[in-house]
Amino acid sequence: MRVILIGGGETIETIYFLSRLFARRGYRVTVVNPYPDEARMLSRQVKATVIAGDGSDPAVLEEAGARRADVVLSLTSQDPDNLVACQVAQRLYSVPRTMALVNDPDNEQIFRQLGITEVFSATRVIGSLIEEQTVFDEIVHLFPAAEGQLHVSELVLDEEAPAAGKSLAELAMPKDSLVAAIIRDGQVIVPRGQDRLQVADRLILIAVPENQEEIFCLLTGKGA
Amino acid sequence: MQPHQYVIIIGCGRLGSMLANQLSSLGSSVVVIDREESAFGNLSTEFSGFLVTGDAAELDVLRRARIDQADCLLAITQYDNVNLMVAQVAQTIFQVPKVIARVYHPEREGVYGQFGIETICPTRLSAEALLSAVGNQPEAKQS
Repeated sequence: MRVILIGGGETIETIYFLSRLFARRGYRVTVVNPYPDEARMLSRQVKATVIAGDGSDPAVLEEAGARRADVVLSLTSQDPDNLVACQVAQRLYSVPRTMALVNDPDNEQIFRQLGITEVFSATRVIGSLIEEQTVFDEIVHLFPAAEGQLHVSELVLDEEAPAAGKSLAELAMPKDSLVAAIIRDGQVIVPRGQDRLQVADRLILIAVPENQEEIFCLLTGKGA
Repeated sequence: MQPHQYVIIIGCGRLGSMLANQLSSLGSSVVVIDREESAFGNLSTEFSGFLVTGDAAELDVLRRARIDQADCLLAITQYDNVNLMVAQVAQTIFQVPKVIARVYHPEREGVYGQFGIETICPTRLSAEALLSAVGNQPEAKQS
């Protein structure tokens, strides 16, 4: 696999670690870095061909071996530079896979419409991690049991939880799942069907992994 | 160019401000976008168009300039890649009828010419003008 990595300046760390990772996997890596000082330093540190130049310049890309490259990955901090580098690689040198970093998440959709095969937005990835975290912050995954066939987890019912006030019998929990215990005011209750859940209850759940999402959603009203 | 057009000019440097002044005095509605507010100082006092401060590579900035209603967009910042990106967004996403990007780099101009983006390359135009001024037109060589 021949990979061309474009970037430097603000993204120099990413370029360094990626080129090291790719080189270890046995890929043939060429780095195009616009700053001669950085390029010189990189060429000493990583097993890659390093070219100092503008990655959106057709002549520089050709020198970097774009005609035979499998992937061009453009990771500069300027979205227009990433777009043009990928388009030149694709259109002029027929590089099969072009991947671009977008710094402005609004550009993700635009880059796809303009023909970049793979687009990723660091802002969006980190943003969605945090969102996921907050949707389910009342859930703690305790441990897998029976070689991962069962999951034990714990969650707290807040004021918006639709399960609060209902009995377990009314809840219609999915198959292969169980509210194993309720922890209320420091007391452990092993519930039966007629026991009602309350706000601030901590529930210990046992379920098969495929049903977990559904159960969290049924109990907390969030996610899915 | 016909008068009463709605024209967006990206980049208010020497060329951008000159075009904006002239188009505005010919009766077009002109919006000028530049990242630097100080760039608008290049416009003449008679300029009657609108100014938008911001990076035209951001969708929101183009929307603020009401790009969906534009008849024409001229992308003439000093950065080739910004011009090429904005021109493509204008043409592909907002279907602006007339879009031109200034591209200094002749090779890059060639690539985008093939893919339906209208470009103007000052480097090539100057080279041609200079060659013809010194009596060395490329066309004349073949005969």
